[in-house]
Amino acid sequence: MSTLNDKVTAVFDEPGCATNQAKGTKERKKGCTKQLAPGAAAGGCAFDGAKIALQPITDVAHLVHGPIACEGNSWDNRGAKSSGPLLYRTGFTTDINETDVVYGGEKRLFKAIREIIEKYDPPAIFVYQTCVTALIGDDLEAVCKAAAAKFGKPVVPINAPGFVGSKNLGNKLAGEALLDHVIGTEEPEYTTPCDINIIGEYNLSGELWQVKPLLDELGIRILSCISGDARYHEVARSHRARAAMMVCSKAMINVARKMEERWGIPYFEGSFYGISDTSDSLRELSRLLVARGAPEDLVARTEALIEREEARAREAIASFEPRFAGRRVLLITGGVKSWSVVSALQEAGLEIAGTSVKKSTNEDKERIKEIMGGDAHMIDELPPREMYRMLREARADIMLSGGRSQFVALKAKMPWLDINQERHHAYAGYVGMVELCAEIDRALHNPIWAQLRKPAPWEETTTAPALAKGA
Amino acid sequence: MANVVTSRKACTVNPLKMSQPIGAALAFLGLDGCMPVLHGAQGCTSFGLVLFVRHFRETIPLQTTAMNEVTTILGGMENLEQAILNIVKRANPKIICIASTGLTETKGDDVKGFLKLIRARHPELGDLPIVYVSTPDFLDSFQEGWAKAVTAVIDAVVIGSHNAPVAHLENPQMINVLPGCHLTPADLEELREIIQDFGLHPNFLPDLSGSLDGHVPETFLPTTLGGTTVEAIEAMGSARVTLAIGEQMRGAAMALEMAAGVPYVLADRLTGLEASDRLHGLLAEWSGRPVPAKYRRQRSQLVDAMLDGHFFFGGKRVAIGAEPDLLWAIGNFLTEMGAEIACAVTTPAHSTLLEQLPTETVTIGDLEDLERGADGCDLLITHSHGRQAAERLGIPFVRMGLPMFDRLGAAQKLSIGYRGTRDLIFEIGNVFIANQHDNHPDTWTLPRHEAAPPLEAHR
Repeated sequence: MSTLNDKVTAVFDEPGCATNQAKGTKERKKGCTKQLAPGAAAGGCAFDGAKIALQPITDVAHLVHGPIACEGNSWDNRGAKSSGPLLYRTGFTTDINETDVVYGGEKRLFKAIREIIEKYDPPAIFVYQTCVTALIGDDLEAVCKAAAAKFGKPVVPINAPGFVGSKNLGNKLAGEALLDHVIGTEEPEYTTPCDINIIGEYNLSGELWQVKPLLDELGIRILSCISGDARYHEVARSHRARAAMMVCSKAMINVARKMEERWGIPYFEGSFYGISDTSDSLRELSRLLVARGAPEDLVARTEALIEREEARAREAIASFEPRFAGRRVLLITGGVKSWSVVSALQEAGLEIAGTSVKKSTNEDKERIKEIMGGDAHMIDELPPREMYRMLREARADIMLSGGRSQFVALKAKMPWLDINQERHHAYAGYVGMVELCAEIDRALHNPIWAQLRKPAPWEETTTAPALAKGA
Repeated sequence: MANVVTSRKACTVNPLKMSQPIGAALAFLGLDGCMPVLHGAQGCTSFGLVLFVRHFRETIPLQTTAMNEVTTILGGMENLEQAILNIVKRANPKIICIASTGLTETKGDDVKGFLKLIRARHPELGDLPIVYVSTPDFLDSFQEGWAKAVTAVIDAVVIGSHNAPVAHLENPQMINVLPGCHLTPADLEELREIIQDFGLHPNFLPDLSGSLDGHVPETFLPTTLGGTTVEAIEAMGSARVTLAIGEQMRGAAMALEMAAGVPYVLADRLTGLEASDRLHGLLAEWSGRPVPAKYRRQRSQLVDAMLDGHFFFGGKRVAIGAEPDLLWAIGNFLTEMGAEIACAVTTPAHSTLLEQLPTETVTIGDLEDLERGADGCDLLITHSHGRQAAERLGIPFVRMGLPMFDRLGAAQKLSIGYRGTRDLIFEIGNVFIANQHDNHPDTWTLPRHEAAPPLEAHR
């Protein structure tokens, strides 16, 4: 476990992380996991985070070493899409029983790896540690090493048992596993001066494919996306990219920074949510590539593409403006770049009634202030009861959030859109913003709201008194 | 007569099984004003919560003691104490129900002991019922977790109230109903209506039709909203009889009998003509009333549906993956309609019924086993996770059980009683009709060789 502890400490002391750098030495030592309040906590565990970060690698067999809960209760429930292999959607678990808990689960794990190789023959197997198998002391690294030697195939230990911390920590530990065992272990067949990596993009609902045509047109090749729609060998060869874009800053910053350290791949933090963010990201990519030897005309071609696509998107979005006038949005995201979505929504003429900043960095908060001006309603924590009251009192016209709070909005008879990882619509790039506006439009103007908010004919007011008041 | 075999693989592929603690949590979600808590890491709760949210399309109150590495090693007493105090402060529940997980069971937390100490340290908790059930993830399955949770509620609340000097008079109109986890809120609602139409008062434990039937409340509460009240559980001792549904509920029914002397009758299933006849017969006997005209009419409709539908069921080969009591109900129903259970896969459970299932083999295994066995079948029946297998096999797929995350109305699927069985015939029969094989000129080509094999009817 000491190695895992070292990893966790190292990940917390991330020099590339702005939040971390803003702290004093003493504070930094404490790490950045907030102590969770028992009985008042929400959110996934480190294992969940590791799985989210790596499962999008589509041709790998993802094997969960633990009791049935960890995989059985959660498999095939995430929206990462594949353009080819589907093995990542198969649920593999050792499903350990009482005997394994007493005598150890290492032998079962080894056999499970053999069974997977015999039946499915994937290019690699990722083995995820969980709480129970960590607690009983199963040596995941040793089993993986032995299996890799025996079967001549990469068997990668992902040491992020749930109880070490939050989902975000799990993302980072997953990144560490890639750095230790995968990235740089193979060489690409060929490279081009326009090879890039996209780090922290999971291709949810196929969002990568909203951006890829733009890059294709510019002649920029995605050497590897880590990890959306990725193949194992692509990730293994990703160290030969010329530049990298880090999409979800809090998730995999350690991967981007260490790839810069080890292989000199410059990276920047960007976003494909929002028109200007997409343009900025394309600009930055071409600037980095040209600085490392890509043809100089790339910059001009990028500008031309940006001009053309921005115009196309703005024209499409402008058509929504009259329908959005005066409408207010409550934006409750995991905090991942809420500023980027905020600016996108404002471009469409929506007002922001409030935005959550629970997981945002100080830098993010500054950006939100900048974008929203003086009237930035930043919400640190919004308990469901308060959220319900806000919507019930119509202080917003629509809520954008993750599935967790979906029914708080719907039960308040308030339009709602899913913008988290289970969502079914893709909102990236220029087309994505148009799609988001279209979805908001459909939700806001669906005819059901008028009917639902009217009382039943035998009732007098729309807001019928609570049952508790003696109805 | 079936041979029950356990899959001997080291690696479970595409799990059919879900874990015990969330089975327990679902049972607790059928209690009114309840906050269920999993004593484990936050992920244990988070996965269960997401699963239920996607299945029911409802807010799910479910908390965690948020154990981490250090608290696991040192023991979870403090986390449990904080969790209880936080929940009381924030949610003001009428009952708190705690289920352990693989993590805290591996460590060996003595939760019962913890609870005694916590109560002693916090007299302000007063009479707030706190239920605890031991449900390690590495044992048994979802269905067993549900059953154990109901037994734990009976032990804690019914027996607890009987220790108090309150006289419990028998109420001849009241019957306890202990439904298994395979019944949907719609099934419970139907059963309630049937029982009430006989002039009897059903007392359900738990009652998901009160909390998770999909309704829009006029207010927001952080606990469950609707379900069995604590008072109703306390009153269970005064019922004349307990009706337990599904073999899984035998233990809970026995616990109630031992605690309060209420005899029980176990209905192994409520789907099918004869099964529904038995139910209505029992209710007629208990109430002393004849079967109401409404149900005689419904019975006649079911008989007619069987007549109309049997053409499409006859000889069909069906593969079913479900927990034991659901498998028992659906498997027998299909067999009674003339179909054949070609492959049956289930989860580990202490059930003696499986050996009596009308099929050759029942495998305790996963959806990989089901997929292998379903090759060449006419229909696949399992929960939503069967979608990949059905697609690969190219055979029709009917979703049953939990989770059902890619279809609307999981809570409103009705399959019990005369009406429910009738509708199930229509649902499955229509799938068969939609997938009938059409004959074409090459259907009956003669074999090339002169020595033709004996004629065989085309299926």
